[in-house]
Amino acid sequence: MGFSKIIPPKIAQKIMNGVFIASGIVTLLILVLILGYILVKGLPAFNLEFIFGNPIDSGKEGGIFPMIVSSLYVTLIAGLIATPFGVGAGVYMVEYANNNRIVRLIRFGAETLASIPSIVFGLFGLAFFVVFLHLGWSILSGGLVLAIMALPTIFQVSEVTISSIPNSYREGSLGLGATKWQTIYKVVLPAAIPGIVTGVILGMTRAISEAAAVMFSVGASIQTPISIFDPGRPLPLHLYMLATEGISLEKAFGTAAVLVILVLIITIVTNLVVDRYQRKIMGK
Amino acid sequence: MQKKKKLVEYLIEKGLFITAIFSIVIILIIFIFIINEGIPAISEYGFLNFIFGMTWAPSDSQFGVFPMIIGSICVTLLSLLMAVPLSLLCAIFMAEVAPDSVRKVLKPVIETLSGIPSVVYGFFGLIVIVPLIREQFGGTGFSMFTASLILTVMVLPTIISVSQDAIRSVPSEYREASLGLGATNWQTIKNIIFPAALPGIITAIILGMGRAIGETLAVIMVAGNVPLIPGSIFDPLRTLTSNIALEMGYATGIHYSALFTTAIVLFIIIIVLLLVAHYFQKKYSMDAYGGHA
Amino acid sequence: MNRIESKNLQVYFGDNHILKGITTEIPKNTVTALIGPSGCGKSTFLRTLNRMNDLIPNFKKEGEVLLDGDDIYSPRLDVADLRKKVGMVFQKPNPFPKSIFENVAYGLKIHGHDDKEFIAQKVEESLKSAALWNEVEDKLDNSALGLSGGQQQRLCIARTIATNPEVILMDEPCSALDPISTTKIEDLIQKLKKEYTIIIVTHNMQQATRVSKYTSFFLHGEIVESNFTDKIFVEPKEQKTEDYITGRFG
Repeated sequence: MGFSKIIPPKIAQKIMNGVFIASGIVTLLILVLILGYILVKGLPAFNLEFIFGNPIDSGKEGGIFPMIVSSLYVTLIAGLIATPFGVGAGVYMVEYANNNRIVRLIRFGAETLASIPSIVFGLFGLAFFVVFLHLGWSILSGGLVLAIMALPTIFQVSEVTISSIPNSYREGSLGLGATKWQTIYKVVLPAAIPGIVTGVILGMTRAISEAAAVMFSVGASIQTPISIFDPGRPLPLHLYMLATEGISLEKAFGTAAVLVILVLIITIVTNLVVDRYQRKIMGK
Repeated sequence: MQKKKKLVEYLIEKGLFITAIFSIVIILIIFIFIINEGIPAISEYGFLNFIFGMTWAPSDSQFGVFPMIIGSICVTLLSLLMAVPLSLLCAIFMAEVAPDSVRKVLKPVIETLSGIPSVVYGFFGLIVIVPLIREQFGGTGFSMFTASLILTVMVLPTIISVSQDAIRSVPSEYREASLGLGATNWQTIKNIIFPAALPGIITAIILGMGRAIGETLAVIMVAGNVPLIPGSIFDPLRTLTSNIALEMGYATGIHYSALFTTAIVLFIIIIVLLLVAHYFQKKYSMDAYGGHA
Repeated sequence: MNRIESKNLQVYFGDNHILKGITTEIPKNTVTALIGPSGCGKSTFLRTLNRMNDLIPNFKKEGEVLLDGDDIYSPRLDVADLRKKVGMVFQKPNPFPKSIFENVAYGLKIHGHDDKEFIAQKVEESLKSAALWNEVEDKLDNSALGLSGGQQQRLCIARTIATNPEVILMDEPCSALDPISTTKIEDLIQKLKKEYTIIIVTHNMQQATRVSKYTSFFLHGEIVESNFTDKIFVEPKEQKTEDYITGRFG
């Protein structure tokens, strides 16, 4: 069992306490270092022209407005498509599925989907949406690829949340003569909303951060996309191109900072909203 | 009325069923398309030649991905070697040792780390770590070690948060029983809590591994991307994922197909790793319950 | 001589004032029962005696608890040493997910014993004292989780006595067990009281009369009455005690 004979337990405890605290500090430092560096270097690039301007000379000068629009656009499409499928599947698994083999198969499918590398989604997007379905390089193609990537996250979080709703809620509603769907729609889902929203946001942050999956499906256009059939260039892809093609370090830092701030805002706002809703339904 | 209600309920159930099997349908379509696009390269070049070939030179119709297989495995293992000890210590610290106030600081730190886009990590590596490695260890700075460092940071939050959940779900009765016998906190963690949480911790490591092996652009930005087997950790390398992303933009014909075949190889490796991991998971979850309950 | 003394013990969990000035004495090598309705503080008091409450965030205490005259909350005292001396059996049987043998050996190993023969002998002794040996001697390597609830609880008692404690705290040890298992544990308590000071929290007043020599009645965080068990149940001095034992509230 590996009980140490050399170091007395009380001293081992003191040593390990030191090691544990050090590990926490190292983790904290990594975040502070990376985030601090990106923000400090990126903030000088910030001004209205950068946020709302168009890029000039492939991004060497000017702003990143079309990229911000592209990012939000593909993420929104991904969320709109993946949410009904992810939540629907979660509801089915908890409330309806009674065949163990199908349950296992569906869960296995979601796990496999979650473990596919993003670049493979990128390949698939190119072969299926862009070429096979003739959607071309477009916001829609990119959004569809990201929807598939966000799907397992939304599904898994929804399933866990819905299955944690106490059975007494369901019995209470069914006992009043409500149908199964009425019970789910009026009782189960409202109680599960905070968890579901968290799952959707998790899926959408994954989508907004993604570059590899969209690099062959959304194009690289620096025009502001208007229709879903227009090509675009989401922020992460823009950052990748600025950095690897050596276009502009200053603009790359600025883009990285915008991306990080965007993700931070989404996470913080969702946490606050979910927290408030949770308190409201719990009557506090 | 009653009939209409029943019909609605029936339609809803079927609708939800369709959403549920959607994942499986998607998986199948993905497999079919990737394999279908990869077949021309396999039939022309031969699958074994493809896997064990040492040279990747599309202009000479040489499509050997063996160096990339080694590259992917090397960066993944090296990053896990660094990430696993740190993340497990941090997870135990958060779940068992730290007071609530410290935990409240660390939790959002972990969440933020996991939310930072991978391209940003790659960019940080390119600007900060690559020059640092170049100065300290010579060479170009683009290397297996640099890539592994970046991947380490990227898999930390995954391993920490999942193993933390596993540790927290160990029943507190075990903890109380051990402390009640006069065990120190560390003895309790080492002998009772860690073994009981081991299956969950292995899951955490598998997920981290999946993230490391699948990461593409962050690795491209710092690994040097030379399609050769690295001789030391300071040599550059190319991973399977990088291979696809680097060349897809301009590949045509058999070269295009070969990149899909690369994805097939990636699939196979991931499936093998998952199977190995599941085996260990099963083995240790038996041990945790006394071998033969 | 009194083994444990508490002097004006106050316990708070955050803003909740749980124990409001407990002053009592618990004598050596006998069984003392703590009775009272749910939420009266009897379990909290018990868990103060081996500092298990330290695990609860925002636990705060005032007053003193003395074991053989020494303050167990003294900063110089080591909690692990205290818990070795003051063992505990919990409400729900909580064997580790390890083999039967390893469960009993665990305490010995963490306290630095590594002589295999000594450990094996001590495990056997403890299982015999806990009246479990005959049922498990040929399956010591099996998982403890395969035992029945009553067997698991006796295993937990064996695990506790293996480390040679002086005091054993029992927190409603039979509340999760069937009547036959309960009888076995009660018989065991009778046997153990010769060597150990036992303090048992129980909801079951018949159990208190069957196993204990002394009884303290807790209500709203105070001790209403302490006396010989046969006195307190036959002629309680306090009206509240009488109300409780005759089932008028609780």
